[in-house]
Amino acid sequence: MAGATILGRQIIWRVGTVVDLHDETATARTLTVEVPDWPGHLAGQHVDVRLTAADGYSAVRSYSIASAPNSGAHVQITVERLPDGEVSPYLTQQVTVGDGLELRGPIGGWFVWRSQQTEPIQLIAGGSGIVPLMAMIRARVSVGSAAPFNLLYSARDPRAVFYSDELHSLLGRRDSIVVTYAYTRAVPKNWARPPARIDATLIADTVWPANLSPTCYVCGPTSFVDAVADLLTAVGIERDRIRTERFGPTGDRI
Amino acid sequence: MGVISRGFSGRRSAESTNLPPGQYLTTGFPVLSAGPTPHIPLDRWEFTIRDENNALLRRWDWKSFRELPTETATVDLHCVTQWSKLGTSWEGVSLNTLLADVPTDASYVMAHSYGDYTANLPLDDLKDKKAWIAFRFDGKDLEPEHGGPARLLVPHLYLWKSAKWVRGLQLMAQDKPGFWEGLGYHIYGDPWREQRYSDDK
Repeated sequence: MAGATILGRQIIWRVGTVVDLHDETATARTLTVEVPDWPGHLAGQHVDVRLTAADGYSAVRSYSIASAPNSGAHVQITVERLPDGEVSPYLTQQVTVGDGLELRGPIGGWFVWRSQQTEPIQLIAGGSGIVPLMAMIRARVSVGSAAPFNLLYSARDPRAVFYSDELHSLLGRRDSIVVTYAYTRAVPKNWARPPARIDATLIADTVWPANLSPTCYVCGPTSFVDAVADLLTAVGIERDRIRTERFGPTGDRI
Repeated sequence: MGVISRGFSGRRSAESTNLPPGQYLTTGFPVLSAGPTPHIPLDRWEFTIRDENNALLRRWDWKSFRELPTETATVDLHCVTQWSKLGTSWEGVSLNTLLADVPTDASYVMAHSYGDYTANLPLDDLKDKKAWIAFRFDGKDLEPEHGGPARLLVPHLYLWKSAKWVRGLQLMAQDKPGFWEGLGYHIYGDPWREQRYSDDK
């Protein structure tokens, strides 16, 4: 394993420049960072971001990459501001265009979608768990893949949805992806389903059926991921077809 | 050190001095996990130790495992995704107890889990009261999402080495990457030397 690297490339700290900021919601912001020597990434991977204070104190957090793999030197992350966060308030409120930002990555080789995959893909997002799944959707669009994609996206209410214009523009195109929203707190007018978490009925009604052997990517808070993964196995999807990425206080790694 | 983040001062607590480099005290951040949480009925649970050729050396079912002497441990946990949780309390069976009188020349083990997760460790890191098969956390039975019924607990290494839902150890003459180690994470994973990824010294 000596010298082994992810994608055969070294994971070193690189200095990028923030070139664009875009608010996704009242609490989430997308940062576009230009990293001249960015080695490229796979859809679903993440980066470590390091902030360093004037006295040398530094803090590092991991963020999923939102941009498609073939975005050149531009790497996008979407950061949700956590009320007690140390890094996310800085990234969502203080950073300005032109600032330098240190990144290390890409990291992770498991929760990824590769363009060679042609099987049906089921994406299920809880809140900001949409970010790595959006990278997969963007990757599919950018390479012109015809892999059947289906996104089930659970959000607090319509205003908490990330990338809503872009997702909307994907509907109704040829080879379009299937997108279903599940709102947990408040729904739009005349919305058929009352506010509720993803449940067995919604899974049965919306996700690719088990007989299509979809590969499933589930990302969100730990409790969300556990609940959804259990619902997927209950409808007969094989455990080894379900890949998960969790975040949250109980989410130790594995 | 690279660039200074203009206007960033960070939030430092007195406790930070107890933390390995690059870690912060938790309350929750992005983490990875491989798949769904397995639910293992106790009447089907087993823990085995196998040799380099997969021959069975030791086997416990839940009942015989729980008849072994247990220890309590209060330990700090360090996750490779940067969070640390200090002073967590566990109850488990020491690997010293489980490995006692197992004849072997092996230097490494592969921990195998329900759900097909694996993690590799040097055998010496499991001995000398440094590791447990833990089944209680914070005074309660270990919940499935935390690795219950039982998980490996090797607190001096990054937490991915503490394989959840552990089902056995296989002895190995030579080191071999487990699940995350094969995906670019460090072969050993010492938080105090910040061995997160494969290239870290």
